[in-house]
Amino acid sequence: MRLHFIVFIIASATLLMPGRTHAQMKPWNNAGVGLSGLSEPPKGPSGPAPRRDLSGIWDAGPGGIQPTGYDVAALFTPRGEEMAKANKPGNGPRIADVSEDNDPLSTLGDPAGFPRILLYELRPFQIVQTANQVLMLYMFEKRWRVIWTDGRALPKDPDPRWYGYSVGRWEDDYTLVVQSFGLDDRTWLDNAGNPHSTSMRVEERYHRVDRETLELTVKLEDPLIYTKPWTPLNKLSIRLMPNDTDLMEMVPSASDALAYRKEIASQAKRK
Amino acid sequence: MKKILFDILGAAALLLVSVPLLAHHGAAALDTGKEITLKGTVTEWIWSNPHCFLKFDANDGGTVRNWAVETQSPTSMTPRGWSRTSFKAGDEVTVTIEPVKNGQPVGRILHVILPNGQKLIAANPTTPDSRPVAPVPVQ
Repeated sequence: MRLHFIVFIIASATLLMPGRTHAQMKPWNNAGVGLSGLSEPPKGPSGPAPRRDLSGIWDAGPGGIQPTGYDVAALFTPRGEEMAKANKPGNGPRIADVSEDNDPLSTLGDPAGFPRILLYELRPFQIVQTANQVLMLYMFEKRWRVIWTDGRALPKDPDPRWYGYSVGRWEDDYTLVVQSFGLDDRTWLDNAGNPHSTSMRVEERYHRVDRETLELTVKLEDPLIYTKPWTPLNKLSIRLMPNDTDLMEMVPSASDALAYRKEIASQAKRK
Repeated sequence: MKKILFDILGAAALLLVSVPLLAHHGAAALDTGKEITLKGTVTEWIWSNPHCFLKFDANDGGTVRNWAVETQSPTSMTPRGWSRTSFKAGDEVTVTIEPVKNGQPVGRILHVILPNGQKLIAANPTTPDSRPVAPVPVQ
């Protein structure tokens, strides 16, 4: 009888503290969809998309990670070709020996910059909306961007920035269109070492299909480097993650890049 | 039994991982398709981006050399059961790698057997199917 009473007390206490028990189980360091299985898309029908709201933690899964980059040599202008020659990528159609790789991101610890943050390592990211901004908080690099939604125009002749200058407007209740300009030409577009100039303009379209799904389309226009605009991402599907997801850090630091070059890359030169 | 369970869990984890390998660089420097297994003593385990790498002393062909062999980033390795504390200096390990072509003690880890018999899987061997990753075409 006494044993039954003790079991009853313990069971009751457990049931009365579901929040605490659940809270203790919440995982840290989530790597994203398709990696850990911790944030698989919810099962069952998704709800309708909320109006003019992209906030949440989002993950494109493996579709966001593009190791080989883009095959765009056919679009190079003479200047584009010249700039591309100086870039020795670790992957893609113009892959260089790992000992000659001069990718500023992976060998120097430079920022990925924009739009490479979307075109190479689009790991999970969080969107936060305020009255006059949309903030993009990226797991990769633990970096953020500010997209102004207060109606301001892009600067006409800005000092280039690694992540440029961005403004956004709602095309309809479910589509945010973002224009970016003033992008530092030290950054590569992708993992294949494709270059860009400071004249490049980038358009992102975030279309919220339903509560759980976002589609991202990215269009580039850089007549100094490419003979016509091109669309590296076309309706990339991105899924909503649980709002209590703790994302890992994925920071490519200069000291890590140096250690890798010393220990691995410098010794891996081909004969 | 425990070892078999680890192997099964490791294989299952690898199957679940659908992110492309070699997210930072291609396999051009590697002697792909060749596998060597080395028994050695860990000197350092570096948990870093864009690649983690393991350093260990191993006797291959009568000479002890200090090997430096890489894996993918912590973000990719964590779901496969790897961690910052997977190795410590002095650990006796058996490491299977794809070596580089030039004979230097460098390569890419395929899997490691830890002192307790646990097998940590890093990557599938490069096969003709997995070798050429076509660049994404312009849309």
